[in-house]
Amino acid sequence: MKKKNILLRYPSFTIFAVLAVLVILVSVFAPVICGDRSPTAGNLAEAIEKPSAEHLFGTDKMGRDVFARVIYGSRASLSSTFILVAVIFVIGTVLGVVSGYFGGAVDAIIMRIADMMMAFPGLVLAIAVAGILGASTRNAIIAIAIVSWPKYARLARSLVMKIRHMDFVAAATVTGSKTPYMLLRYMLPNTITTLVITAATDIGGMMMELAALSFLGFGAQPPTPEWGSMLNEGRNFMQSAPWMMIFPGLAIFVTVVIFNMLGDGLRDILDPRTE
Amino acid sequence: MSAKRLGFRLLQMLIVLIGISILTFLLTYLSPGDPVRNMYLAQGVMPDEEQVAIQREEMGLNDPFLVQYGRWLTNCLKGDFGKSYSMNKPVVTLLLARLWPTLKLALMSMILMLVISVPLGVLSAVYKDKPIDYIVRAVTFFGVSVPNFWVGLMLILIFCVQLKLLPVVSSGGSFKDLILPAVTLAIAMSAKYTRQVRTAVLEELSSDYVVGARARGVKEGKILWGNVFPNSLLPLITMLGISVGSLLGGTSVVEVIFSYPGLGNLAVSAITSYDYYLIQGYVLWVSIIYMVINLIVDISYNYVDPRMRLRR
Amino acid sequence: MALLEIKNVDISYGKNVTVSDCNLTLEQGEICSIVGESGSGKTTVIRAVLGLLAGGGKVTAGEILFEGKSLLGLDKKQWRDLRGHDISMIFQDSGAMMNQTRKIGNTFVEYIRTHENLSKKEAWAKGRDMLTRMHLPDGDRIMRSYPFQLSGGMRQRVGIAMGMTYQPKLLLADEPTSALDVTTQAQIVRQMMELRDEYGTSIILVTHDLGVATYMGDKIVVMKNGKIEDRGSRDHMLHQTDNAYTKLLLDAVPSVGGKRYV
Repeated sequence: MKKKNILLRYPSFTIFAVLAVLVILVSVFAPVICGDRSPTAGNLAEAIEKPSAEHLFGTDKMGRDVFARVIYGSRASLSSTFILVAVIFVIGTVLGVVSGYFGGAVDAIIMRIADMMMAFPGLVLAIAVAGILGASTRNAIIAIAIVSWPKYARLARSLVMKIRHMDFVAAATVTGSKTPYMLLRYMLPNTITTLVITAATDIGGMMMELAALSFLGFGAQPPTPEWGSMLNEGRNFMQSAPWMMIFPGLAIFVTVVIFNMLGDGLRDILDPRTE
Repeated sequence: MSAKRLGFRLLQMLIVLIGISILTFLLTYLSPGDPVRNMYLAQGVMPDEEQVAIQREEMGLNDPFLVQYGRWLTNCLKGDFGKSYSMNKPVVTLLLARLWPTLKLALMSMILMLVISVPLGVLSAVYKDKPIDYIVRAVTFFGVSVPNFWVGLMLILIFCVQLKLLPVVSSGGSFKDLILPAVTLAIAMSAKYTRQVRTAVLEELSSDYVVGARARGVKEGKILWGNVFPNSLLPLITMLGISVGSLLGGTSVVEVIFSYPGLGNLAVSAITSYDYYLIQGYVLWVSIIYMVINLIVDISYNYVDPRMRLRR
Repeated sequence: MALLEIKNVDISYGKNVTVSDCNLTLEQGEICSIVGESGSGKTTVIRAVLGLLAGGGKVTAGEILFEGKSLLGLDKKQWRDLRGHDISMIFQDSGAMMNQTRKIGNTFVEYIRTHENLSKKEAWAKGRDMLTRMHLPDGDRIMRSYPFQLSGGMRQRVGIAMGMTYQPKLLLADEPTSALDVTTQAQIVRQMMELRDEYGTSIILVTHDLGVATYMGDKIVVMKNGKIEDRGSRDHMLHQTDNAYTKLLLDAVPSVGGKRYV
């Protein structure tokens, strides 16, 4: 009953939550949606065909169905984005909470490393790391995680510092609460909301960064269908087959819009103070 | 900024610089497998063990880490960033040749960004919750959700392939070649920056002195352009410094799309050929540029804002 | 004709009526104190007089007359000519009501040039002279200072000097002494009393400090929850009122060494 109320009270959140679930369902049920159109097996006789009833989004240079590749591509994009956000979220939060709670040398070391990571322009370092580690989805995730965790660590740290010296924390310490209990019972719950909001609003941005790396050839490798790398393949056929880059780009755009709106909606619900 | 604070800031910068140099140097160590072998493989040569061993010795890869790092750093300080083997030229020469085109591109897109986002942001803040605000917010929302490389590709498709107005491949020489890459970068950044301008102006509009000025009968236009606007530029200076970071990263993608002869394009090809010295040089240079820009921003911020300048 | 008449005024924010059925008449040269706890609606009333209700507040009923003319129908230009010229306002911290990144002199010049066609130089001189006239030493130094460089009391005196530039007929003072220490409070109170004696300025003083209110006010209005709870002359309020709330407020005035004003 209460749940229903929340959904009705925030219509924009509800709509985009439904859409996000829809996008996820599309990636899960890609085989059902595409039927016998394969994302990887092509028919060279049908290469570079215009969109038609047979091939909704046309075909690429290998005669593969672009529609199927876009649909299956959501699997790579969504899963890698979610993994990336989860990794950054966990690493950043843990390091930030530890840093803020213990202070001293631990804090100094963690925060100086964070400073250094932030002294690099993000994508520059990510490109270098992803490139040197070798092109793969996993390495692209690692590269972006390396440059993105400090934001979460700093945020978590500042949130912990804010409550670290409050009376109820002091009271809990005096009454003999142990450190792990303190961290789990007080520090984490007080930081988690803000961090979840940040993570939710970051999903879209992270998706675009991963796609950028793939586009440069440092992410998912062909023949795996992935939107960024599809765009990279497509740009060589810009004159003859513009559909090869229009549709994967639209897919990124639409998905990012949905997750950005979802993030904003979530922020409005959890943190009504900010606009 | 007082001399003491400036000194502290510079010291802090020095420490971060050392950290940056270590991390940059470590990039080579991230490489799975043997760097020398990778270098050969990237050139399509199957190396024999003897060659690898000789090369390793030559590059000093058999020395302890600290020795290697020390040697590399000393050389860097002397201005010697090694030699790019894939292009067979000193790294410095390569980077210098590409530096200006990239800076030009960055500068151009930043100017474009300011021209777009400042008026829109102010408009949207002044007419908060009016139709124009909703339009600006909707546009910026879509702006932040569209990947800049796709924008670039679509611009090429429209202006170069369909309308044939501009060259597809830019050589970086003429002004015309600069337009599309700069517009591409500016579009994505403008969206973000417009939001920041809006927030900053709204914050200023809600300050007490606005009520004070109204109570003194001062005109709204005078309040906005004489007080609110200049004040909201202060936080925007800092944000501008930060956005240089995403700009420098963004240039690499856009440079590749437009085959623009800048640093980013160079770096991407260096990575594909495992040209370690060149990669290190690129990362180090760009980071230092970023850092220096932020230092300048910081100092000017402290100078421009009398609250920072006159309080201890 | 009374200088200011507030007749049956309701003030609402959206659907919430914050002040209801407010009536108040002020003669020329009269000082009226409005007292009440925070949230009683006292600041809202004087803000309405200057047309400066914050965040979408509106006068939804009644009439506000200044020199017999209704204020509620004024257009933007008429409001601007009135504000800072015929009616001035001083605040709890007048320094905070100035742009912190501009010198006081520049704010002063901006203000003067709003109401008078003067060159910047002339406006600056006028501002400086105004400070001197209000017994502020070293007017030039003050003009060249930023608001945050002055002490709270100094800022308040500058605020009063600014507000008095055009010898307004009505001065609205919103908690003008609340942020100051006792000695400075006394200075400011004395200065405001002098304004009335020298220039015949009428003053509405909004405060939660009953001491200041009774010392300065010829008449006193007590507000509670957006309504006028009690009113009367100073004598009446101090000695004859039957209102329980007023008595409660009076009892709360500290008496230890504090027969200051009361």
